[in-house]
Amino acid sequence: MKNTLRTSFLSISRNEALARGIAAQFVMLSDPTVEELSDIRTAVSEAVTNAIVHGYGYSQGEVKLDLEAEEGLITVVVEDFGRGIEDVELARRPFFTSAPESERAGLGFAVMEAFMDSVEIISSPGKGTRIIMKKRLSPNA
Amino acid sequence: MQGDTPLTQNTHRSERPAFNKEVFDLQITLCSEGSRLTAFLSGELDQFSAERARDELDAALSDGRITRIEFDLGGVTFMDSSGIGVILGRYRRMMERGGSMSVMNAKGGVERLLRLSGVYTLCTERSSK
Ligand SMILES: Nc1ncnc2c1ncn2[C@@H]1O[C@H](COP(=O)(O)OP(=O)(O)O)[C@@H](O)[C@H]1O
Ligand SMILES: [Mg+2]
Repeated sequence: MKNTLRTSFLSISRNEALARGIAAQFVMLSDPTVEELSDIRTAVSEAVTNAIVHGYGYSQGEVKLDLEAEEGLITVVVEDFGRGIEDVELARRPFFTSAPESERAGLGFAVMEAFMDSVEIISSPGKGTRIIMKKRLSPNA
Repeated sequence: MQGDTPLTQNTHRSERPAFNKEVFDLQITLCSEGSRLTAFLSGELDQFSAERARDELDAALSDGRITRIEFDLGGVTFMDSSGIGVILGRYRRMMERGGSMSVMNAKGGVERLLRLSGVYTLCTERSSK
């Protein structure tokens, strides 16, 4: 069975909890383990936080969260239309952050990579960033 | 006339749906004992709540006698790398004054996040003096 959910919200911090809550509710329909659910929730929080703090830098813009489930494969797409990333390889590097003064840990992409099976970053400076993450859920025997 | 009985008879119209504050909102309880500050955190620690956590912790740490901070994350139901930023920032403050840190009681995803980020390698046991 295939399922999809497309959402769009304003880039305010309060929506981080809302976005990961929506993702968790959606993934629940695919019967995940507690650990899988927690992993996806955390990865969504990282991507959405990045869209809000880096993509828009606290100005207001649209963030999209698209979810898809098909045969136990969860696909999460988080997109913003903000600043974009100059150097994607650098951004992925653990502990790299462009905002050390605001105590970012530089671990967002490292967390997404550790908790999901794959993380794709598509970004163009001045246009925005799209993060595509996939995770296969273990079958419930 | 029965039909006129308002459906809302037994509920106040101004009643709000229950929002489970203990589960979602970040709660911070600080206990200081001599040179040690213990921070009991519960609820969700993300970028939204990190700012308040940082402010409250730093207010307590402005007491220069504190040289050890202990985070008790037993009640934390969600944390992402914004929480790691809060912990590492307080660790740096402790290092500046030759102090130490420990992080305790994390469960599930919070525990995995702490391991992944190397926070545990910065922690030391309480010294027995
Ligand atoms: N949506 C985005 N828009 C613009 N820049 C981004 C975005 N996401 C990530 N970045 C850049 O990649 C860096 C690394 O991101 P991350 O690993 O999450 O660390 P952190 O958020 O702690 O800085 C950020 O500091 C930022 O420069
Ligand atoms: Mg980040």
